Amino acid sequence: MQNVEDAKALERRLRPPMVEGEHTFGSVSDQIGDLALKKKTPYHWFIGFGIAFLVAQSLLFTVVYLVTTGVGIWGNNQPIGWAFDIINFVWWIGIGHAGTLISAILLLLNQKWRTSINRFAEAMTLFAVACAGLFPLLHTGRPWLAYWLFPYPNTMGMWPQFRSPLMWDVFAVSTYATVSALFWYVGLIPDLATLRDRAKNKYFKLIYGLLAMGWRGSARHWHRYEIAYLLLAGLSTPLVLSVHSIVSLDFSVAQLPGWHATIFPPYFVAGAVFAGFAMVLILCIPLRRLYKMQDFITHTHLVYMAKVMLATGLIVVYGYAMEAFFGWYSANEYEYFMIKNRIWNGPYWWFYWLLILCNGMSIQLLWFRRFRESEFWLFVISIVVSVGMWLERFVIIVTSLHRDFLPSSWAMYSPTMFDWSMFLGTIGFFFTLIYLFVRFLPIISIFEVRTLLPDAQVAHGGHEHADDTFVGGVNESPGRKRDKLET
Amino acid sequence: MDKKIYGLLAEFDTPTQLVEAANKIREAGYKKTDAFSPFPIHEIDEALGIKRSILPFMVLGGGIAGLLTGIGLQVFVHVIDYPIIVGGRPHFSLPSFIPSAFELTILFASFAAVFGMILLNGLPQPYHPVFNVPRFALATREKFFLLIERKDPKFDYDETRNFMQSLNAQEVFDVEE
Repeated sequence: MQNVEDAKALERRLRPPMVEGEHTFGSVSDQIGDLALKKKTPYHWFIGFGIAFLVAQSLLFTVVYLVTTGVGIWGNNQPIGWAFDIINFVWWIGIGHAGTLISAILLLLNQKWRTSINRFAEAMTLFAVACAGLFPLLHTGRPWLAYWLFPYPNTMGMWPQFRSPLMWDVFAVSTYATVSALFWYVGLIPDLATLRDRAKNKYFKLIYGLLAMGWRGSARHWHRYEIAYLLLAGLSTPLVLSVHSIVSLDFSVAQLPGWHATIFPPYFVAGAVFAGFAMVLILCIPLRRLYKMQDFITHTHLVYMAKVMLATGLIVVYGYAMEAFFGWYSANEYEYFMIKNRIWNGPYWWFYWLLILCNGMSIQLLWFRRFRESEFWLFVISIVVSVGMWLERFVIIVTSLHRDFLPSSWAMYSPTMFDWSMFLGTIGFFFTLIYLFVRFLPIISIFEVRTLLPDAQVAHGGHEHADDTFVGGVNESPGRKRDKLET
Repeated sequence: MDKKIYGLLAEFDTPTQLVEAANKIREAGYKKTDAFSPFPIHEIDEALGIKRSILPFMVLGGGIAGLLTGIGLQVFVHVIDYPIIVGGRPHFSLPSFIPSAFELTILFASFAAVFGMILLNGLPQPYHPVFNVPRFALATREKFFLLIERKDPKFDYDETRNFMQSLNAQEVFDVEE
């Protein structure tokens, strides 16, 4: 028996349990489901929602003013024709990518720790994509004609130009938004059924019931459900990689030094995941405290996310190093001028160093256990990284554009009040949606957390106290046969 | 029996009991059976003799349809309907058609996966006889249920009921039509 104890201790150290505390199927359902069903909404929800909703009004205000006036209210000029609108678009869409990474790629890699964070990471993806989509939509100038971007037979006899990366963007982002919404909804169906069966309020019961479509947990349904879910994960994985690659092609297909680089697609994807994990941590750390979800979003989860952030951050730093190296090694005078201008003798040099400080230096703290395991420091570093990733897009877009090939057209860029009010407004809009989500839907996937409990395992080879000889039950998926340990 | 019976429903406490009971039911020769659980249990497929779904082939079909739509659309637009030279590329410039075609492949395959799953499962289905059992609300929470339908050729109310009782069920319920 000594061996068994040792093996259990080892297993616990190597694979810490993903659900802490004593939980049963019922208690898991109650603790997560009650957040949505309980009558009393906590006071901090009203405060947070109120602030977010207030900030979101600046988006409404700006959009109304923008639509009635024109994009001239922004600071965009010649040659900086793309500025805040594309910076914010790329920033938001990048944030969304962590959600898909967690829900799809980590599912395929059989990483059980994704289970308790995937639901709200996917919600984050959807809301971030919604915010992202607003920018190019409004940048078209006449957003009411945005449907011209889609190929449909029309009386003008015109078609979209499929050889343009901007057109690829339309397809990539709209597919991404659709598939993310589907993935999220499919994941919600069994939990909506749980809420339906538990709701006391007639209207809640009706709404959850309608959304759950009569889900009853039939074995045949689960069988197809799991196939669909796994296939969606398999489809979302190349999708998420393609979306940010295509976003990066918006730049790298152009001839502009600072944009025209082959490293862009992988470097953008890594940056997206990096920024997204920072946002997941920003949301996760307060959420688990305010709603007492420490049993499900454990300390281990935070540490794992910190490690992913460190790894992707280092890839991004490698990207910065290579960009500078290409500028020099290309022996192309325009490339060399661009990189010199960006790093030390251009007017925006300090943006570059701020970016290196935020994205390159700050994450080095995560090598140390003291910072990695401290919620406070993780939260601070995540915010710094979010700012850094925004600066990265600013540096790529504005500093490359403001010194193009023709010195007579060189100019400086400064955002107007409406650039800021729109950006801030989308942040408010994003948090408004997050607050509504937290209030009305299960923030953690209830049915998947149930599968993490030791009771979810089907004992094989006879039912006489088989559990004693199994190790590490909590991490294994149900259905996987585990070897008995020799005692 | 006055009320119309749809079938018999047995309640279990653990997935292990459910799978064992399901195995016995299959061995006893019942065909019109189903199990209900608050989370997916892989062993149950084998225990109830559930065949592998055709869903993956539908998804493949969706993907192929998406790819052909994507390529076809762009060829139609840029080669047949409105040929125009852009950026010095030929009319049929396949490399620049790839991104949009790829996205449509994913989109159509995902539609096939989600709507295929929903339709094959017969959802949305707001009413099902099993919902008439009040305890069944726990199937989405913590309990496990096994159903034998009356339509099953081997179904005999008393015999089946006794048989289900013998499977260590917590309780056996009549499911009204």
